[in-house]
Amino acid sequence: MSTNILSQLVAELSSGRIRIIDLTQTLSPEFPQISLPPEMGQCLPFRIEEVSRYDDRGPGWYWNNFSCGEHTGTHFDAPIHWISGKDLPNNATDTVPITDFVRPACVLDCSKEAAANPDFLLTVEFVKRWEAKHGVIPTRSWVLMRTDWSKRTDPAAYQNFDETGQHTPGPDAEVVQFLVHERDVIGFGTEAIGTDAGQAQYLRPPYPCHYFMHGAGRYGLQCLTNLDRLPPTGSVIVAAPLKIQDGSGSPLRVIAMVTS
Amino acid sequence: MTRELSRPKRKNPILRTRLATLPPGARSRVALGLTAAAARGAFELQVCRDCQAVQYPPREACQACLSSRLPWRVQAGDGELIADTTLAHSNDLFFRERVPWRLGYVRLDCGPTVVVHMHGDVPPAPARVKVGARLDKSGQAVLIAFPSQEVPNMADDRQLREFTCDPKFRKVLVTDGKTGIGQAIVKAIIAAGADLVWVGHAEPWKKFPGFDELKAIPQVSLMPLDLTDSKSVREIAAEIGGRVDVLINTAEVHRNFGIGNRRGVEIAQAEMDVNYFGLLRLAQEFGPALRGRAADGQSNAVAWVNILSVYALANFPPHGTFSASKAAAHSLAQCLRAEMRPAGIRVINVFPGPIDHEWNQQIPPPKVTPQALATAIVRALKDGVEDVYPGDVAQEWLERWRDNPKALERELSNP
Amino acid sequence: MRRGYDDVVITCPVTVPYVRYSIRGGHWFLARALAELVKASGVAKASMDGLCVSSFTLTPDTAIGFTQHVGVSPRWLDYVPLGGASGVVCLRRASRAVQAGDADIVACIAGDTSHTDSFRLTLANFSMFARDAVYPYGAGGPNASFAFLTSYYMRTYGAERADFGKMCVAQRDNALKYSEALFKKPLTLAEYLDARPIAEPLRLFDCVMPCAGGEGFLVMRKARALDLGLPYVHILGTIERHNGFPADPIQMRGGWAVDRDDLYAQAGVSPSDIDFFQTYDDYPVISLMQIEDLGFCAKGEGPAFVRANTLTFDGSFPVNTSGGQLSVGQAGAAGGYLGMVEAVRQLTGQAEARAVKDAKVGLVSGFGMINFDRGLASGAAILGAA
Repeated sequence: MSTNILSQLVAELSSGRIRIIDLTQTLSPEFPQISLPPEMGQCLPFRIEEVSRYDDRGPGWYWNNFSCGEHTGTHFDAPIHWISGKDLPNNATDTVPITDFVRPACVLDCSKEAAANPDFLLTVEFVKRWEAKHGVIPTRSWVLMRTDWSKRTDPAAYQNFDETGQHTPGPDAEVVQFLVHERDVIGFGTEAIGTDAGQAQYLRPPYPCHYFMHGAGRYGLQCLTNLDRLPPTGSVIVAAPLKIQDGSGSPLRVIAMVTS
Repeated sequence: MTRELSRPKRKNPILRTRLATLPPGARSRVALGLTAAAARGAFELQVCRDCQAVQYPPREACQACLSSRLPWRVQAGDGELIADTTLAHSNDLFFRERVPWRLGYVRLDCGPTVVVHMHGDVPPAPARVKVGARLDKSGQAVLIAFPSQEVPNMADDRQLREFTCDPKFRKVLVTDGKTGIGQAIVKAIIAAGADLVWVGHAEPWKKFPGFDELKAIPQVSLMPLDLTDSKSVREIAAEIGGRVDVLINTAEVHRNFGIGNRRGVEIAQAEMDVNYFGLLRLAQEFGPALRGRAADGQSNAVAWVNILSVYALANFPPHGTFSASKAAAHSLAQCLRAEMRPAGIRVINVFPGPIDHEWNQQIPPPKVTPQALATAIVRALKDGVEDVYPGDVAQEWLERWRDNPKALERELSNP
Repeated sequence: MRRGYDDVVITCPVTVPYVRYSIRGGHWFLARALAELVKASGVAKASMDGLCVSSFTLTPDTAIGFTQHVGVSPRWLDYVPLGGASGVVCLRRASRAVQAGDADIVACIAGDTSHTDSFRLTLANFSMFARDAVYPYGAGGPNASFAFLTSYYMRTYGAERADFGKMCVAQRDNALKYSEALFKKPLTLAEYLDARPIAEPLRLFDCVMPCAGGEGFLVMRKARALDLGLPYVHILGTIERHNGFPADPIQMRGGWAVDRDDLYAQAGVSPSDIDFFQTYDDYPVISLMQIEDLGFCAKGEGPAFVRANTLTFDGSFPVNTSGGQLSVGQAGAAGGYLGMVEAVRQLTGQAEARAVKDAKVGLVSGFGMINFDRGLASGAAILGAA
């Protein structure tokens, strides 16, 4: 029977009735990385050095070495990333249950609100309004916050710094707890550079999405793109981080399956 | 009277760009004492410690008393031009391309007679002159006679410009304009007559004070440039490498850690990635283009400036990994200098003492202001020196280092 | 009083024909010079038990390598790398060796090749001081050095370019009677004055032309020369001096001025007895200084002396009767032999159409090695006809 289901999946993919949408930003040196105050440790941006390109360094082949942080580009946050999740079982990239790598998603469209207010915070009230329209968020779903932030191709606009810090949308503290405890989501995903808002250090607790999600063994996805091409419900996310030993996160290819 | 330099006409694109030639660069080892002094802008001759006789040409023994104690000592350079000539012919390629070339024969007040290149404003012999040492395009010291008094447009003299890297009418790349140093240098180099200054800035989402002011300067052209990103360096070099006459590498990462007070290597890596690998990336991408334009007319490619640190000479443990990265950069800059020398491109290494910026907040004064550093760099380009130690601290360290490197190591480790 | 040279004599002046450039090496010209000496003397090379060699282009060899190159086994060997002073200095060394019995027949030879780029290379590596303190300044070589001296001399002593021109023209006139001279056409004063500038005030005809060639002579006892039937000349007096007047700020006199009284005293003659003078003449100003320093006029009176004499072989005060280097060419170290060989020819009746009438006493001077700002080596010899 399982063979039949998989065969059917393949057939649906081949026929185009199930489409695959890439939710991943290209890993490039230009793509901005999270910026902390300069005295702190920093996440490396993506860097790539050519090893050979059909030349004297390797006559018949082309390859590169690349380097980056665990939290560079479109990436996955494991629970161990945050201090609140440090003692949980199976909390790192090499130990998180692989069954979590394929999960359904709910996409909450906050694009209008984010356009009007870069510091927009997702609230419980917003979620409940969304549920009134699309149904209750199913258990063990990804909640993806669509802000169209990925359409900001100018790195400066994407980062949106001013002298008071970064201004990007994210969830407030209450809604994160609501999603974890009331909806049992598997994780929270955003288009901006963090799962938390740019000004989230001023929330209580600071960085609530990191604090509560990871504290509850849930995950984060950030720097997603193409969320505008997903339906509010019904898509399935494939998000498998690299199997980094004791890793706190990982750049990864995030894809979504949607029905036509 | 030297005619003021005028802006060169645009290059005729159907004419071949001439290749660089060098004046004769072979010297005996003892003669390199003249080069060592000229490299930091000094004119020194050997003076016998036993009988005080001033020697020239450089010798292994005093011609008066046979003493071998011949330390190099700064000379005033005043003297009498007793004969002069203008070469209309030379068997050497470099001079063959530059005749007529004026030479002089000067009796220095301190004793020796010296053969000199001549500044155009020195009158025919006999005349009072001031002799100074300069590096020529081979990187070796030569002596030049200047008029005894300052004259208008002195720096614009045709022969003198073969020894200097004057930014006037030249196009300059300043690799990082986000820092106070970068901004001060951009302003100083424009004040010195640079035609165009490309200013690099990494991580364009990070805004720094003063950066908008730079944007408003008409000669400034901003370029995204991140020395940690090979692709960025390659792309910028492809875009402007063929036009840069002077490259000033102002990019640096400076943190305040030694070994024990910071776990891990990521800070040290970040320092190395900009301070050392950044220089390597720049050198690989811009070096060939600069070399190719080293003889490209009046505004040819002439110089490469590295801002290093006196900490490159001896480690300052409170800034230990930064010191190490600057020492690595210093070593690489020596390699760069060797590779640029066949084209006559001068590599100028600047060794400032603590600069008055946030990463030296806790270093007590005196500290070099960015403006003073910028002034020193412009001066170095105009004088064509190789090594610059701007500021009182750098000067003192240099003296200490030359006197006893081991003692300096101890002094720096017990502040 | 220094000891004289007794019955030591000079014979067999030989010349290896000069060419502007040659594909041969320096060894070739020296070997030809030695072969010419064998031919001229009838003495086998094995019987020449002394050898004295001067050359710039023998490198990396010196005289010792040359012995194996040409298969000789001398019991006395010297290498005299003194450029324009080589002729006089070789004569001094060789004659004392013969006089002392250390050698019976000394072959003195000098020669150099000339490739299209060899002059530049010679200049670049001429000396430590030249490499450190002269060559980087325009790489003008002796042209620049003599330009300084010439301009200083003109300014100080009132010489005109025409004075130097007269010397060059007179030497060219002499050269027209010497078959080995590379310059075959007369030179006019106008041509001299209007020639292209090289290093002002020097123009083309002030500057010696480097070329390839060789010269040689033999030194032996008179009795041996008579046995062999070789015409000879006597050595009346000689001097040498190196780095004379080191404190002079610029070279306006050479070492001759230190020793000239000694020279004339040893020879037992005075300047007025000299019938001709072979100077070392890579540039006319240094010829003029030799005329002054060897006592024919006071310092600074050279220009007046030149104006008062013809300087030709057939006139008053013959100078450089074969044309000198300025009209024959400068074959490297052989340039230091040119005057010596010509003097022996003049005093042994071998000077053909340029013979100085009734020449009995000749003066040869040498000058060499512009090390930094001046020529260091100087020497002179007075020769007497048999």
